[in-house]
Amino acid sequence: MALISFLSAAVQAGMPLLFATVGEIITEKSGNLNLGVEGLMLLGAVAGFQVGLITANPFLAVMGALLAGAAGALVFAFLTVTLRANQVVTGLSLTILGTGVASFTGQSLMGQVVPEGISKFFAAVNIPLLGSIPFIGPVLFQQSIFVYMGFIVAIAAGVYFYKTRLGLNLRVVGENPAAADASGINVTLYKYVHIIVGGALCALGGAYLSLVYIPSWQENVTSGRGWIAVALVIFSMWNPYKAMLSAIFFGGLDIVGFRIQKFDIAVSQYMIDMLPYIATIIVLIAVSAKKSKENMAPQSLGEPYFREDR
Amino acid sequence: MLRIIKKPEPSKQQLVAIKITAVILAFVASTVFILSLGHNPFSVYFSMLEGCFGSLYRFNETVIKTIPLAITSLGILIAFKMKFWNIGGEGQILMGAFLASFFALKFPSMPMALLMPLMIVAGMVGGGLWALIPAFFKARLGTNETLFTLMMNYIALQWVTYLQYGPWKDPNALGFPKIPNFSSNAVLPSVLGIHAGWIICLLFIAGIYVFMKYSKKGFEISVIGESETTALYAGMNVKKITLIAIFMSGALCGLAGMIQASAVSNTLSIEIAGGVGYTAIIVAWLSGLSAPIILLVSFLFATLVQGGAYIQTAFQIPQSAAQILQGMILIFVLGSEFFSKYKIDIKKEKPSDNEDGARTA
Repeated sequence: MALISFLSAAVQAGMPLLFATVGEIITEKSGNLNLGVEGLMLLGAVAGFQVGLITANPFLAVMGALLAGAAGALVFAFLTVTLRANQVVTGLSLTILGTGVASFTGQSLMGQVVPEGISKFFAAVNIPLLGSIPFIGPVLFQQSIFVYMGFIVAIAAGVYFYKTRLGLNLRVVGENPAAADASGINVTLYKYVHIIVGGALCALGGAYLSLVYIPSWQENVTSGRGWIAVALVIFSMWNPYKAMLSAIFFGGLDIVGFRIQKFDIAVSQYMIDMLPYIATIIVLIAVSAKKSKENMAPQSLGEPYFREDR
Repeated sequence: MLRIIKKPEPSKQQLVAIKITAVILAFVASTVFILSLGHNPFSVYFSMLEGCFGSLYRFNETVIKTIPLAITSLGILIAFKMKFWNIGGEGQILMGAFLASFFALKFPSMPMALLMPLMIVAGMVGGGLWALIPAFFKARLGTNETLFTLMMNYIALQWVTYLQYGPWKDPNALGFPKIPNFSSNAVLPSVLGIHAGWIICLLFIAGIYVFMKYSKKGFEISVIGESETTALYAGMNVKKITLIAIFMSGALCGLAGMIQASAVSNTLSIEIAGGVGYTAIIVAWLSGLSAPIILLVSFLFATLVQGGAYIQTAFQIPQSAAQILQGMILIFVLGSEFFSKYKIDIKKEKPSDNEDGARTA
């Protein structure tokens, strides 16, 4: 019983990570490394919360978050794709800007609570039949709609990458933009679309925090989850299916520190908090040692593409 | 039709002109932003300047904020010169501060003349070794250093948190999680009213400038950054040079950590780095990887931070507004770099009839 409630909580804690990780995977597949995830999540968190507060409408709140994330990602896309600015520096600047905007607009929201209409809408829903499966039911199928949305997004991203023509084109863009260009793929368009969609998803992860998980406004509500998401992309080897498992795993690590205090285990909570990053580094090393194409970062990740450099 | 073409290397004046234009545009945007808050932009700007230079104390504060930024940016510069994307300044600062603090706490009564150099070396070794781990894997296996160094930041932060809340917690702090203060022997002394870090900073700015420009190693670092194949062809030991350069890069970040721990907070804490490692990346980049310009840009950033804190009290403008200003300036300057590398050609004729058409962007 304790295990079931722990896993169920891990799924909830992993959800903001899942959205952001899938968003960043989509972005990175197009060959762009956006380190502004933390900023985008904060933008989404504040926009979703603000719109939710004004309209008390869950759909509009989600739309608000998506639009805020898309707008932030558009700035990133314009700077890195069209103006070919350094991706690392642009991403960091986006985080500075996003954090600033969120904390600035959030000031007046401090201590406010999500309207009842929205919190009811996002309350746990028991899916008939599936919800009554022993063990799996309470963990996966007695959750908020937002949680189901997270899994749907991840699976949809996986199907898109590995089963569709567009997804294949996208991977070519990320691996070798010159080859993609030569075969008639509009590299710039692909990059723009996927950076923006990815950014919108990151923002959705932030909105999950402020609308469902917390659900009230706090300064710096993401508390570094955007950076963990960047780590999770590596941990999941750029695969959205694996991202589901790793997000739940990291979500579990997120709460295990608190839960472990109940037991008399001689491990510091801070050492446990270190594990995700160490695990990510081990994955990073293992992946580069194995050099298997499927598990590696897109070849052109971080490199701007300029047609005339060919 | 618009067509983007590469420009020949622009002159220094052109570069400066482009950057100044960007900053002016950023100021226009900031002015609109401040107006939208219902304040007079000019009095806000004036007040920011007053907050930075209005008194000797405030000026000193601005300089104290400049020091760690400039030293860390120097470290980042070395790595970026060889296109090693060291995002790990934050962690290297913390680990430098950690190792320096180890000696400060272990030998509190050692004479300052001995303890200070020991702490400086320890700080540099701490940061250097922390940077060497991702560099080793990059050299051996080609592991992505951007992501690796990023992860190392979090491990360092958790490590210092662990010390602060665990084994190094001050028993005399009434349960408050803090590490004991250093003895006075372990505190960097003041020179002309500001801690001696400014002297160290200026020495390193000059040193790294000469190193990058005139030394053989500095030249090799640049060559590797330009093209690793060229470097290999010229018979350079790329792996060895990479490791040495990245050790230096981390060592400078570690030195910044040592200075912050010793002179500013007089102890080790998780707030030591406070984002300096990330801001330094931006500073190094905006400086065009030039050591003397780093000093200028770091000072401007410190002005923004210090001035931002001041307008908070003077105008009740939240500190986050300064952060928004900072973000906007960055985005304009980043965008402007395009115009130093490329120019846009406007063609009148239809491009479809020649091979040029295929290359139209």
